[in-house]
Amino acid sequence: MKVHVDMNLCQSHGECVLVAPDVFDLGDDDVLVWKEDVPEDRRADMEAAVNACPMMAISIEG
Amino acid sequence: MKRLVVVGASLAGLRAAQAARSAGFTGELVIVGAERHRPYTRPPLSKELLKGEHTAEQCALRHPELHADWRLGVAATGLDRAARTVTLADHTTVAYDRLIIATGARAREWTGPGAQLAGVHTLRTLDDAHTLRGALNPGARLVIIGAGFIGCEVAASARARGAEVVVVDIAPHPMLPLGPELGARCGALHAQHGVEIRCGVGIEALVGTTHVEAVGLTDGSTLPTDVVLLALGAVPNVEWLAGSGLQLDGGVVCDATLTAACDPDILAAGDLASWPHPLADGERVRVEHWTVAAEHGQLAGRNALRDPAERAPHVAPPYFWSDQYDTKVQAVGFPGRADALEIVESDGHRLLALGERGGELVAVVGFNAAKRVASVRREMAMAGAR
Repeated sequence: MKVHVDMNLCQSHGECVLVAPDVFDLGDDDVLVWKEDVPEDRRADMEAAVNACPMMAISIEG
Repeated sequence: MKRLVVVGASLAGLRAAQAARSAGFTGELVIVGAERHRPYTRPPLSKELLKGEHTAEQCALRHPELHADWRLGVAATGLDRAARTVTLADHTTVAYDRLIIATGARAREWTGPGAQLAGVHTLRTLDDAHTLRGALNPGARLVIIGAGFIGCEVAASARARGAEVVVVDIAPHPMLPLGPELGARCGALHAQHGVEIRCGVGIEALVGTTHVEAVGLTDGSTLPTDVVLLALGAVPNVEWLAGSGLQLDGGVVCDATLTAACDPDILAAGDLASWPHPLADGERVRVEHWTVAAEHGQLAGRNALRDPAERAPHVAPPYFWSDQYDTKVQAVGFPGRADALEIVESDGHRLLALGERGGELVAVVGFNAAKRVASVRREMAMAGAR
């Protein structure tokens, strides 16, 4: 599946980093970086990240 | 369990319903909400929505189809635990096998002279935010009573809309839980943006004939104004539970798994849950943060499907944030419980402070320090989970 983050909405709260630190991370400039291609067996974690984001910036495709 | 009833259709209630469904609950799901709106997220109400950057549609909380019976626009008015029913404002009753209470909190009202005048606002709901936004025209004079999170955020948003803003608080500095040093920094930030902060002074009366015209302060001075926002904190919506036999202490008394103290078929989530937290020496806390409501909802939804002995506790350190101008304030844990907040990094724009209590790290506060806050938060979460 593909993970999208709307960087116009992201405010670097780091909720997604807490849920899945291997997929999401904050750079030294506090800007979010993430892996777009995530294996299917991580779907539950990605859905948790979608729900955890206070800005509703994360979406999953596929 | 055949029927799960969630009372409260905001973040905690929604997440509870979602969690129950995603954990495999296929029975009847009823969601009761006092507001007519579908679940929406509240943080933008004092910020993006007030500034006109977000629409109400953008505040709607997204969720999968829940196959639920939504009862919106009708408040719960009573709970009969013997009959296992919730009574609603339209005099209907809803039977439950398990019940999740997530009725949240409301804005605290001012009860002094002039409280009923037009132009006096509180901010809690989408409807409140629309009304307040309509009053904040460029050049409007706004007096905000309360220099906490909502008061400070609205001050910043109102400045962006071109209003003249004065913030009044009886406390010695803004953002009280952050302590004097960080609170003073917040105050300085507002002063830089043209907001007058009047701390250490109380409200005598709101003055006007039909519409508010001035705020009278306890030091004898008067602030002429067009609009007043009462930002005095929140009061949990627990009155409807009076007489139910549930233990109430300002909130709904729960154990660590959010199960109500005397009834394993009832759980609470969000602003009104009063539960023992390990970072608070096991004392009961009530926390009104977005993330706690989300986490509580998710946990309560899962726990409601389990036998009491198999339920998981809520141990994550609470997290909150506040955006004021270009400063992101973030805090983890319980800053108000720390012996002191020690600033460990500071370069003017950016700041990190740690708070210990009896040698244990109980709080971190950052200004524009998202990566550092997230990393300390993860350490605290891991320590708490051990």
